[in-house]
Amino acid sequence: MTAPLGKDLLGLESLSGDQIRLILDTAEPFKEISERAIKKVPTLRGATIVNLFFEASTRTRVSFEFAEKRLSADSVNIAASNSSVSKGETLVDTARNLEAMRIDMVVIRHGASGAAQFLAERIESNVINAGDGTHEHPTQGLLDLLTLRDHFKRLDGIKVCICGDVLHSRVARSNIWGLKKMGAIVGVCGPRSLLPNAIDDMGVTVFNRIEEAIEWADALNILRLQLERMQGGYIPSLREYNRVFGVTRERLDRVKRDVLILHPGPMNRGVEIDSDVADGPFSVILDQVTNGVAVRMAVLYLLSGGKPELAEAAKKGGER
Amino acid sequence: MPTRTSTLLDARAMARTIRRMADEIVELNEGTDDLVIVGIQRRGVPLAQRLVAAIGEREKGHVHQGALDITLYRDDLQTVGPRPVVGSTDLPVDIDGKVVVVVDDVLYTGRTVRAALDELADFGRPRRIALAVLIDRGGRELPIHADVVGKTVTVESGQRVDVMVEELDGKDAVILARKGEEE
Repeated sequence: MTAPLGKDLLGLESLSGDQIRLILDTAEPFKEISERAIKKVPTLRGATIVNLFFEASTRTRVSFEFAEKRLSADSVNIAASNSSVSKGETLVDTARNLEAMRIDMVVIRHGASGAAQFLAERIESNVINAGDGTHEHPTQGLLDLLTLRDHFKRLDGIKVCICGDVLHSRVARSNIWGLKKMGAIVGVCGPRSLLPNAIDDMGVTVFNRIEEAIEWADALNILRLQLERMQGGYIPSLREYNRVFGVTRERLDRVKRDVLILHPGPMNRGVEIDSDVADGPFSVILDQVTNGVAVRMAVLYLLSGGKPELAEAAKKGGER
Repeated sequence: MPTRTSTLLDARAMARTIRRMADEIVELNEGTDDLVIVGIQRRGVPLAQRLVAAIGEREKGHVHQGALDITLYRDDLQTVGPRPVVGSTDLPVDIDGKVVVVVDDVLYTGRTVRAALDELADFGRPRRIALAVLIDRGGRELPIHADVVGKTVTVESGQRVDVMVEELDGKDAVILARKGEEE
């Protein structure tokens, strides 16, 4: 076994609890690097990483970029809109051309579910899924797990409710897989039209009313209501959505316990989450962003793997 | 037989050695001013803690203590696999202008110390960096030497030195063991 995670990180569904724990534990010391005056370690010196983004993204792309730079990797960003992709090149041709330039890793964001795996099966480089269609967004799931673990000091047995557009959300899927593997109890809450038909088979508790979800949960992970869903006829109006499913101060005040608030961003203030909740004392939304860099550093580090066939010179490394 | 397992230091000898090393560190620094004792993960950290305690028993003034994990600065990361576990780095004070004493259990190739020097340079510019090790077993591959040494030992091929500390291993001892043999 050369890399404890295998060649790629495609989703949390295929990882074991031990592998997830390894990533979270590895992320822990990486947090400190971002607090240093010189926020850089030489670990991935000489590695070349391509960030291949077929969908718009600011937070995730910047977070990956910081993670790469803080590990001293050389990285290149390619946005599909202004690349040869817009000239009709296929995904595989794009990747093979990049590989011909001797890259080591690809971070891919794509609108099609399964795009990351499709790529991973066809190139030698490590592939990291930065979000594929409505399938998975594993590094977001991991940073949510890390943020929850920081707060509760454990994941086993905590109750987390994922609120909102679960149907279209890769974040929801990665969260459900990751949380369940770590022993957390998972709920979902949202309009029936925005919950997948098969949700009852995923081993989660379904709440139809946000008040019940708040009453039940230790933490809420509030998904962004993708505004384009309104045109799709999934919800009647944003105002109505906020009235029925919005997480508001008033609703939170009704329960006597503290309920931790997570949101993957970008937020629609006044739709799925009110401003005084987003900026309130139990919000860890900015901690999620901070943890995102550490988690991605950990994933890059663990996937980058060594080449043990060249290990002769390194043999004495761990020895006394 | 030279390859049999033997005890180089038992718990009491180890405690004595650490006390002497503490004295030598204070001597080298001419006091405890500006002194920062930094242990290399993992066994350097409890050793640093004991050196700080030993200095505290005899000298006035507070000596700062830190921990350094050099994994991300190793020169063999391109070749080792699977990925080594990363520990925590914690330097509680600004090291600019300070006298930093790096502490490790065994000095062998010198590559760990090289990594530690590189990492410290990313934190600041100490006035001086010194090296204190419990065991110097020879076999250097880099021009590095220790300023304070607990015990120098000759290790033949096929042998290795195991340092055990109460905090991590349940007891204090330094053992000369045959390679591939569990203590």
